[in-house]
Amino acid sequence: MKLNDAVFGLLLIALGGGVLFAVQGYPKIPGQPVGPALFPGLIAVGLCVTGLLLVVRGWRQRAVQGWLAWDDWVRSPRHVAALAVLLASIVFYIVAADSLGFLPASFLILLALCLVLRVRPRTALAVAVVATLVVHFAFYKLLKVPLPWGVLQGVAW
Amino acid sequence: MSAALLQAFGMVFEPVTLMAIVGAALFGLFVGAVPGLTATMATALLVPVTFFMPPIPAIAAMVTATAMAIFSGDIPGCLLRIPGTPASAAYTDEAYAMTRKGQAETALGAGLVFSAVGGLFGTVVLILAAPTLAEFALNFSSFEYFWLVLLGLTCAIFITADKPLKGLVTLLLGLLVACVGLGNPAGHPRFTLGNAELMGGIGMIPMMIGMFAISEVIRYVVDTSPPAELVVEKVGNVLKGQWQLARRYPVQILRGSTLGTAVGALPGAGADIAAWMSYAMSKKFSKEPQKFGTGHVEGIVESGAANNSALAGAWIPALVFGIPGDSITAIVIGVLYMKNMNPGPTLFTTNPQNIYAVFLLFILANLVMVPLGLLCIKAAKRILQVPRNVLMPLILLFCLVGTFAINNSIFDVGIMLAAGVIAYVLEANRFPIAPAILGVVLGGMLEENFITSMIKSNGDLTAFFMRPIAAGLAVATLLVWFLPPLLRLVRGRRVAAA
Repeated sequence: MKLNDAVFGLLLIALGGGVLFAVQGYPKIPGQPVGPALFPGLIAVGLCVTGLLLVVRGWRQRAVQGWLAWDDWVRSPRHVAALAVLLASIVFYIVAADSLGFLPASFLILLALCLVLRVRPRTALAVAVVATLVVHFAFYKLLKVPLPWGVLQGVAW
Repeated sequence: MSAALLQAFGMVFEPVTLMAIVGAALFGLFVGAVPGLTATMATALLVPVTFFMPPIPAIAAMVTATAMAIFSGDIPGCLLRIPGTPASAAYTDEAYAMTRKGQAETALGAGLVFSAVGGLFGTVVLILAAPTLAEFALNFSSFEYFWLVLLGLTCAIFITADKPLKGLVTLLLGLLVACVGLGNPAGHPRFTLGNAELMGGIGMIPMMIGMFAISEVIRYVVDTSPPAELVVEKVGNVLKGQWQLARRYPVQILRGSTLGTAVGALPGAGADIAAWMSYAMSKKFSKEPQKFGTGHVEGIVESGAANNSALAGAWIPALVFGIPGDSITAIVIGVLYMKNMNPGPTLFTTNPQNIYAVFLLFILANLVMVPLGLLCIKAAKRILQVPRNVLMPLILLFCLVGTFAINNSIFDVGIMLAAGVIAYVLEANRFPIAPAILGVVLGGMLEENFITSMIKSNGDLTAFFMRPIAAGLAVATLLVWFLPPLLRLVRGRRVAAA
């Protein structure tokens, strides 16, 4: 996905403006020439200036560059699906790992991702089971990371 | 000194450290040899593991893994015409052309032997330069540090990117990210959006795992290029003829190693830039430049030495000033802070044994590279056949668990995801990532030294130019910013006058 530089420029100006607005409310430190607002304020000014330059550059190149150019993968349902599953599985882990537990969450993520990447179903199943157990053993047992048990709390080992 | 050196030997030759070296070496060789997995990614993936290790084995693992990965990136370049890591990209076509001519052994052997030579050269410079610089840096005040950091960030923008504007953008974004949280001189919560997790700032490790591992996984799943064909069935003795090459190209080896170390030491530019620059240099000064690109070993010798020497070079500013020389040392600095081995000149005086241990580790890593590299070349066919569609889900799982493990925080996993997506989108639109990571790592240091200096001088900006070294660094920084446009202006005038 290639966006015109001007789009990034506008986003940067918006970000810079937001930061400048936010630092207005920061307190001054009595007896000191500078406070917590100065440094982010300077960065925000920089973002606005570079944003403006990008807008100018993007506008000049709009004939060559266009506003939006999609990469090849967008026309390939297989690749779009793979990307969707990848991003969804990370979100799924963030949302569900605690209540569902690490073992089921990891198994589902690996299985889904392997299948969408065209790993044979039997191999995918084996990979999902073995890798989940190995990673769980390594991190939970050896490194003592408190991976959540979730629904399997009753059978925790 | 000798007591500290002995102590360093003791730390390095402990069984745990040696095990870490061997394990990390095999890991690094594998990651480097699989196209799409980079040396930086190897370092990022190692962080969650090193988190649970004592400092010296942790450093050993990272030093060894990166050195191996930079070498083994040559293998798929030579056999598949796909660089295993970006650092091999400069001479991939050359190496592949040699393979087509039936000289795969020479190309791989040159990559291996001169990687080790370059790495050792960089290590010698590190050993000689770092302590001297550290002694010098002990006298630095906040003014010098402010300019030093600014000079480093400036170099990062102008060296890495052909478009400095986009480098400046990602640098500013990195600096802004560093502002989040309570960790500023005034202790005021900034940009926390009322979120308690953001009070402590955005975690550096989750962010780096996102930027360097998740973004690569994203790039893999949307990659539509067809799989490459292996042209070589069997690789013979790769060490044959390497001694003759060393005798024929001594100047090239020295030049590549020197340039590589220097480029590595400059913040923001690492092994990949070093390889591109020295390949170009090799061609320019060669007696037979017409042979370049047709399967000529000279450029491989020179840039193969350069990319490994850059690794050691990058550690010079990292250890002495806490300013990373490349993305890998940016991650390493994060780990050093976690291990309470804060980089800086005092590290050399208070804990010299740790510094000596780092030196020893570099020597050791470059020595074990040769035998283990030979093994890796033997196993190359197998490694290149590892199904990446199984590997990538495993890497994702490892990122999820590894990120969670640092703080036991699921919020960090969210940071990882966001950083990965943003890094992917930025890179797809030709924004360089290295300045962003430097901004994140150095943002706190830049602000702290800036604010301290401002308070010391009571807001008087001329104080920034009053101390001699500070003034020198200031001039250097301003020159990097303003010399190129000035030169362009002058040249434009001259053209117009003519």
